[in-house]
Amino acid sequence: MLEVDVAVRRDDFRIEAAFASDAPIVAFFGRSGSGKTTLVNAIAGILKPERGRIVIGGRVLFDSANGVDLPPEHRRVGYVFQDALLFPHMTVRANLDYGEALTPLAERVIDRERVLALLGLQALLERRPTSLSGGERQRVAIGRALLTSPRVLLLDEPLASLDGARKAEILAYIEILRDELRLPIVYVSHALEEVTRLADRVVVVSEGRVAAEGPAAEVLSRPELGPLTGRFEGGAVIEARVASHDPRYELTTLAFAGGQLVVPNLDALPGEPVRVRIRARDVSLALERPRGVSVQNVLPATVRSLGAEFGAIVEVSLDMGGVPLRARITRKAAEELGLAPGLQVHALVKAVSIDRHSAGFA
Amino acid sequence: MSGAELGILFLSLQVGLVSLAASLPIAIGVAFVLARKDFPGKTLFDAVVHLPLVLPPVVVGFVLLVLFGTQGPIGSLLEPLGIVFAFRWTGAALAAAIMGFPLLVRAVRLAIESVDPRLELAARTLGASRTRVFFTVTLPLAASGVVTGALLAFARALGEFGATITFVSNIPGETRTLPLAIYTATQVPNGDAEALRLSIISILVSLGALALSEWMVRRHKRGAHA
Repeated sequence: MLEVDVAVRRDDFRIEAAFASDAPIVAFFGRSGSGKTTLVNAIAGILKPERGRIVIGGRVLFDSANGVDLPPEHRRVGYVFQDALLFPHMTVRANLDYGEALTPLAERVIDRERVLALLGLQALLERRPTSLSGGERQRVAIGRALLTSPRVLLLDEPLASLDGARKAEILAYIEILRDELRLPIVYVSHALEEVTRLADRVVVVSEGRVAAEGPAAEVLSRPELGPLTGRFEGGAVIEARVASHDPRYELTTLAFAGGQLVVPNLDALPGEPVRVRIRARDVSLALERPRGVSVQNVLPATVRSLGAEFGAIVEVSLDMGGVPLRARITRKAAEELGLAPGLQVHALVKAVSIDRHSAGFA
Repeated sequence: MSGAELGILFLSLQVGLVSLAASLPIAIGVAFVLARKDFPGKTLFDAVVHLPLVLPPVVVGFVLLVLFGTQGPIGSLLEPLGIVFAFRWTGAALAAAIMGFPLLVRAVRLAIESVDPRLELAARTLGASRTRVFFTVTLPLAASGVVTGALLAFARALGEFGATITFVSNIPGETRTLPLAIYTATQVPNGDAEALRLSIISILVSLGALALSEWMVRRHKRGAHA
């Protein structure tokens, strides 16, 4: 359980944040400069909050009211910095040893061999950080933090400096850690697809405050996040389970409370929970179930409300058996269809609009 | 090399090495404070540290004589403890240490400033105390600067003349280091050959120190970037 309620000032920037999470992965999501890293630094003990309280797993790390302020070396947080920050004068092995050697034997609950195996570090042990690729550096940094047997793992934009292939690789490693080590993870990111894929709970940070906070699917579907996610990225996140695979067409069918969704092959077993993000601009609406159409997903839905109009566009909030969905259509189309709250419609979602990056394993 | 010349060489090395050994830890501490801390009066502190660099060496020697002479405010306190600087080789080492101090501090400070402070923070989050971070991260990463500073200060100590002769005079076997011996040789008739031999010894020692520091810096770099 992570409980944070702090006000942190850094130079002329100030952030106030209060939230609690017991999710396996909580994401701090927001634009760069929104205060996410400041918040993480306060948790790690690198920045001292003006006031407040930080508790991890029942252990008070900071409490201004009672004068508690543990130094970073006593907080037992594993902090993985954006640019890894490996010690350049040491080998990978010495980097990994550094924190582990400082951890009292009785506190070492994480098995070294297991961490090395999970992160694929065995082959890198004698290398120098300068000879590693960006992805390898991040893996070593994660391993170095894990070997201190931390109570929480803080990942600050761990993918920011990596290219696409390396990003996917590290994301997969983070999922393995979450499933294998049962260690709470704070994941800081400005990338919607990373947050959708990994996070169970999302804290949206904007302009020095928490703009929204809650379960990932709920928070990431909120229309008011539009300005944060970017005009063209707004959408809804649906929690679903893998129902079946169709090897012939390489498609996967997902089942959720509002119906079924066909998407390109997902690498998951039937029954596994997944999160799918459907962008509002990928959803069309029809009054009747269309025939002779290539769209694979036709989902019955009820219009809940019509959002603010901007220019030619209007955003429609829909409800599919309790599951929210959003559609971005033209004002003209909305008028021609006579859309109004309560109207029964069919939402059309192209299967190919849901790629691997918009789906994550919950 | 005659026995007398050998004695002069050993005395010079002794003065140089002792002055370096004594000033190095203090200089590293001062350099760290100047590089990483902010406090009121920092500019003044910085100026005082650099004073020996800009003052005439004779002035430094005279101030040392006033302070550390057997009648001086510090010298008279230390004398009962058996610590005497005036007219002893230890005084020559003190003068050399003070003259070389700013060079040492400057080099180490620059090296410490070039160490990414976030590496130190990373070490803290891994469980290291401030002191441990300093000795395991900051200092090793600043090592080439420490070596460079040590060479500069050692060279300065070997060449120290004005402050030494003012503070501890020119006593054969006690305070007559290489520069003082060369100066003495030039003051006697037919001393040129002696002065030349001593000068060649000086040059060889300096080249040796330069080569040693170069080798240490290279070895360090290879260690860090192989």
